[in-house]
Amino acid sequence: MISTPKVDWFALAPTLALLGASGVALLGAVLVPWWLRRGLAAFVTFGGFVTAGVLAGYVFDRSEEEQELLVQSMTRDRLGALAAIIVAGAGALAVLVSWGERRRDHQGEYYALLAAAGAGMVFFVTASNLMTMFLGLEWFSIALYILCALDTHRETSLEAGLKYLIVGSFGSAILLFGSALVYGATGELGFSAIAAASGEDEYLLLAGLAMIIAGLGFKASAAPFHMWTPDVYQGAPSSVTAFMSAATKVAALVLTLRLLVVAFPEQEHLWTVAVAVVAVASLAVGNFAALVQRDVKRLLAYSSVSHAGFMLIAVAVNTELGARALLYYLIPYAAGSIGAFAVVAARERELGVPVTLDRLEGFGWERPFLGVSMWIFMLGFMGLPLTGGFIGKFYVFSAAYEAGWWWLVIAGVAATAVSLYYYLAVIRTMYMRTDADLRPVVAGGSPPRDPLLAGAVAVAVAVTVGSFVFVQPLIEWAHDAAASLPF
Amino acid sequence: MTTALIFLPFAAAVVVWLLPLPGRAIGSLALLAALAEVVLWLVALFQFDFEQQFDFASPQLADRQSWFSDLEVSYHVGFYGFSFWLAGLAVVVSTAAIGYALWADRERARAYHGLLLFLLGAIVGVFTAQDLLLFYVFFEAMLIPLYVLVGVWGGARRLRATATFVIYTMAGSLLMLASIIAFGISQGTFDLVESGGSDSTWIFLGFIAAFAVKAPLFPFHGWLVDAYRESPPEVAAILSGVVSKAAVYGLLRIAIAKFGEPLDEFQTTILALAAIGLVYGSLLAFRARDVRTVTAYSSMAQMGLIVIGLFSLSEIGLNGAILQSVAHGLISATLFLLAGMLELRGGTSAFAALGGLARGRPALATILMTTGVIALAVPGSVAFAGEFLILVGVYGVGWGWAAVGAGAIVLAAMYMLRLISGVLHGRRGPAATDSARDLRPAELALLVPLVGLLLFLSAWPAAITERSFPIDFPDEAAQAQAEAEP
Repeated sequence: MISTPKVDWFALAPTLALLGASGVALLGAVLVPWWLRRGLAAFVTFGGFVTAGVLAGYVFDRSEEEQELLVQSMTRDRLGALAAIIVAGAGALAVLVSWGERRRDHQGEYYALLAAAGAGMVFFVTASNLMTMFLGLEWFSIALYILCALDTHRETSLEAGLKYLIVGSFGSAILLFGSALVYGATGELGFSAIAAASGEDEYLLLAGLAMIIAGLGFKASAAPFHMWTPDVYQGAPSSVTAFMSAATKVAALVLTLRLLVVAFPEQEHLWTVAVAVVAVASLAVGNFAALVQRDVKRLLAYSSVSHAGFMLIAVAVNTELGARALLYYLIPYAAGSIGAFAVVAARERELGVPVTLDRLEGFGWERPFLGVSMWIFMLGFMGLPLTGGFIGKFYVFSAAYEAGWWWLVIAGVAATAVSLYYYLAVIRTMYMRTDADLRPVVAGGSPPRDPLLAGAVAVAVAVTVGSFVFVQPLIEWAHDAAASLPF
Repeated sequence: MTTALIFLPFAAAVVVWLLPLPGRAIGSLALLAALAEVVLWLVALFQFDFEQQFDFASPQLADRQSWFSDLEVSYHVGFYGFSFWLAGLAVVVSTAAIGYALWADRERARAYHGLLLFLLGAIVGVFTAQDLLLFYVFFEAMLIPLYVLVGVWGGARRLRATATFVIYTMAGSLLMLASIIAFGISQGTFDLVESGGSDSTWIFLGFIAAFAVKAPLFPFHGWLVDAYRESPPEVAAILSGVVSKAAVYGLLRIAIAKFGEPLDEFQTTILALAAIGLVYGSLLAFRARDVRTVTAYSSMAQMGLIVIGLFSLSEIGLNGAILQSVAHGLISATLFLLAGMLELRGGTSAFAALGGLARGRPALATILMTTGVIALAVPGSVAFAGEFLILVGVYGVGWGWAAVGAGAIVLAAMYMLRLISGVLHGRRGPAATDSARDLRPAELALLVPLVGLLLFLSAWPAAITERSFPIDFPDEAAQAQAEAEP
């Protein structure tokens, strides 16, 4: 009789809910008549994300003390649960955004993969072992590779998928190599065990740490590991981009925080500086590259690189306030990101061509609701008041200043100043061209109605603005989640 | 009470945005909301206790609610004597501006009026904020509607104007944000009433950067002319009349109230910049070729004078600065609205195209003449009272500053008289045709209250000067003490 470890099914429930949804959607793609496939798959996936979110909420509620499960392979704690809630929320919104997307085939598979990617991320953020970390990473990455390339009739989609696959695998390989080196140096795989094991071979451990940071940097699309981001974000179906930009970032950054804080407290003096340098590089690259973009999805991709920079500042300070700042920041960022790509998707479906800045001209007056929403998302990205983006930046800068990293505050402030230009460019083209300047882009007809997408945008607006007003409850959650890390 | 004063315009803005009414109806609704705001301010005027000793530690009509507790940030609003007058100025000028927008029948009226109301709410918020982060929130919230108002409804070169405006303003604001964080984290609270002072030069300079741009102070005035010229006139009225006063409030409530040592260190520098702005702005105003540009540069000059009053760091100078702030707000709002009315008639406010408008247009001539004469600070006018107090205040710092200020009054007379004669007298220009009629009753209804307030304050400047930084009357204080003794 082989003794099996006790499995905490409750902690695994969010992942299992999404896996189940994925399975049902996939079976549906084969078993039910074609006209029902899309409806069934979308409904089941949406239900899966909502269920996962609710279950993660329960896990959050009932995990005051963190617990290591399954021979230290995963942790049940509030940090993972909060990240799972954000990922699940992002996934649910992504389903709503996806509904109106015209796709000839692979309807069921699309939603099944979306749920599978979500499941992978929810699993990934609870990993507390180098093996489960890699497993989770590959799990959601592979699902995303396929999702990017799903529109096989579009060359750009295939290109995005291929590029993501190659660069992403490269990143994964580096991560794996780094993990092997760390294992070689310490003889341990569990995060807390690595911290406890006094490394004999310091250099081996440091090389491993550096490679792990690089590998996670690929997923978080932090510079200089961001090269895939603009191409993939541009080429992938917009709803996939929306999900990817929000959820992948949440998963990658939360796990980066967990790994560095739990496993490498001894090397703190080194990785804080390394992460700070990566953060500043992301801010510089993201913002300056975004200035010259004409394609809105590319512009938002570089903006997401720059936001990775802001979030990495919060990781670099290595304090509880920093962790709180990161977790808070992720909420309005995820909402704004999904919302902005949803608006782009709406325009894309209306015109049938990629959305450049010029093709947004007059959009604000034609579609008042989407226009105002885009305004709010841009305000959120800029970090102007009345959006949670402002409070997020405020927290990040406060955390940096409190930890004595005043030069990170200066870098962040300068990056924000630069970013105004391209975010305002979006607003400018949407609202401020006179009729005389407008070049006609649409050949008649009224824009397609897409109530689900509009609903997703409305929720994203509500979160963006609501997180500004109701800071206290959110920051309490972030506080509880951050408390499960050993600072 | 204060909360109601802040959120009435915000709520009205949302209603205006959402109600699908035609242009004039929505404009009337917005005007009604603005008038309700005026009434609310008057109610607050009677609740405000002007007898209470002025003290930065005890704002009146205060409301406080924790916003997020781990960094000690709260929603904390309240009034002091001086900020009460600034808020009153904001309410009055914005109401006139909304009335003007209704009269001019702006396109896309729902968006337009909603933004004006939103702007009003943000401005009142700035003048009442007692928490640094809240102050920053309102300070930035002013920028959002201004950006759209100028960018969408502005003149031909509005995109350039908004770009410059936003870059200047945000550069200053972001430095201020860094300062706010540094100040708040090192104090352990962001509350202005609870926090103590700081001696950090860098934090001080961060704040000064934001206010120097907003005022604007020389040499941070690059955005000013384009923004004032390309805005719709009613937005220019708010921008120059009220928004610039956010800098006055900030300088007084934060820079002067919180920084002891850096203040002494930089007093001379700031006074010098303000004096340069005063003289330079006046000279530029004298060279300008249309009503708007004259008003724009005179605004810059007047802000220089007000900052001189503030940084005299004497009670009399501060009183003068507040009086002058209110006076200048009313004057420049009136002049910008007048410029807009001239533009509605002739399509331009350039002196070359106007002239000789006094003949047969008594109402226009009277209003412009009265405002102009008050603006050039003839003795007996409210502007004279303000300037006099400022000069007396700064005389204590050095007679040279007072001399520069006095010289600037002469320059003010030069550019204002040139403006008056350029519009009203001289030969008739091409735009001064017979179809350019006298002011209509609706226009008079907007301007007469503004000019009336100016005349009222000319007659009784003490209404403001004695109630900005009220001190106990000595005999009453003694009496109270006597009663308290057993």
